[in-house]
Amino acid sequence: MAKVLVVTSGKGGVGKTTSTAALGAALAQSGQSVVVIDFDVGLRNLDLVLGAERRVVYDLINVVQGEAKLSQALIRDKRVETLSLLAASQTRDKDALTEEGVGRIIAELREKFDWVICDSPAGIERGAALAMRFADVAVVVTNPEVSSVRDSDRIIGLLDSKTLRAENGERMEKHLLITRFDPAREMRGEMLKTEDVLEILSIPLLGVIPESEEVLRASNVGSPVTLNAPTSAPGRAYMDAAKRLKGEVVAMTVPTERRAGLFSKIFRRAA
Amino acid sequence: MGNPSGRQVRSRNLSVTDVTSAARPSIRFRGHSLIALVVVPEEPVSDWLAHLDGLAQRSPGFFASRPVILDVSHLPHDRDSLRALVADLFTRGIRVMGLEGADAAVLGPDLPPVLTGGSPTGQLEIPTGKLKTQPNGGPERPRPASLLIEDPVRSGQSICFPDGDVTVVGSVSSGAEIIAGGSIHVYGTLRGRAVAGSGGDTKARIYCRKLEAELLMIDGSFRTDDEVQPELRGRPVQAWLQDGAIALASLD
Repeated sequence: MAKVLVVTSGKGGVGKTTSTAALGAALAQSGQSVVVIDFDVGLRNLDLVLGAERRVVYDLINVVQGEAKLSQALIRDKRVETLSLLAASQTRDKDALTEEGVGRIIAELREKFDWVICDSPAGIERGAALAMRFADVAVVVTNPEVSSVRDSDRIIGLLDSKTLRAENGERMEKHLLITRFDPAREMRGEMLKTEDVLEILSIPLLGVIPESEEVLRASNVGSPVTLNAPTSAPGRAYMDAAKRLKGEVVAMTVPTERRAGLFSKIFRRAA
Repeated sequence: MGNPSGRQVRSRNLSVTDVTSAARPSIRFRGHSLIALVVVPEEPVSDWLAHLDGLAQRSPGFFASRPVILDVSHLPHDRDSLRALVADLFTRGIRVMGLEGADAAVLGPDLPPVLTGGSPTGQLEIPTGKLKTQPNGGPERPRPASLLIEDPVRSGQSICFPDGDVTVVGSVSSGAEIIAGGSIHVYGTLRGRAVAGSGGDTKARIYCRKLEAELLMIDGSFRTDDEVQPELRGRPVQAWLQDGAIALASLD
């Protein structure tokens, strides 16, 4: 049974697209068939992060409006063949998305893939609303700082009221992914503590992704960090998060970079 | 007799501070808006009173605890006849709170004051003496006086329950608000806004297990987070209205 997963946050710049690419690639590497959809119509980025920007012919809007078939618009990844991308349109805006069209595409993709991962745009408007509309599972991406946490809280409220699942009275499965986590700054009290974020948002923790240059490097070479640097700290953290999404039990650790002359700190937490 | 008609009486919120003695607390005035029953007596008054007795017999208690305004603009009157009419109504259990259309020359301290500025709200339904029934035939049940919320109240959500108390089993997030006609009980952390006694209930209170609220308000008096004593922050706290200001105390 296919699972439709939305990666969302409310706030911009917290790492939705990076996380979508990393989790999608990690799931695909484990043999699952995965499609990632960019819902950020007008400000598309997922194609860049996956290194497929020069291969986009048809996009989500073309399929929504019936100008192209889904099979024409899906772009298969060259490194992991079980990973596909449905890009957003850069020349249109989010008003071009219709609920009927998005619903039809998601239903069609459910037939073909194990995972349909929707990369939500920032905000709570049409693009974000339609990205979450048909989801079964949500990954809420949050940075450990107050504005990101409050926006995530707002998004969780919307996940519990505006999705098809919520309207049918079913429970929406929600997971928290903390990104750009810096253990040293948390120790100095410059960042919200993970416990505090969990207490405020009160949804289960999927993973903690440490702040790392590897993430930026991977984005710039157009390769998800789980493919580009799978043994790096963020690479391992995303791999563990993908395993938890599949239902595996993995001890919750926050991997850190190992550097000569520095003690690496490994924080263990109960999942 | 003409049908009694409803009328809305409004006044404005006022707060007057005595500038000469700034140390004194300001005197609080509150605006109040209510629907008053306007009765319009017709000539001859004795027949009209008999008609009124018939109505009172069919539906006893119709006038009980209702504010009543006497409109005499179409009734020739002098001071004595007006005084007699008000007394006649009083013996029927109708207390006149104000007059409309009365001749200024006949007024006195023994008569109700003249009201102006009311706005009509239409005819009121005169009860027929039967109990109101629901479509299924059963008697009307009173509406529940409390609302229970078992999930966390998230940022951006607004819970408004003017009929009574609100109980939240989880937390109320920053950017969320609870508005209750009665008291508010939060068994998690209260981080958002809590507005209790929204309909003017001065006895309403706010209780929470952990106080980090952005705003506490009871019957129009409020306290922001900045005005909360630091030692109470993060603790189980109750808030109530004392001499028109919000008082806070730890529940430990």
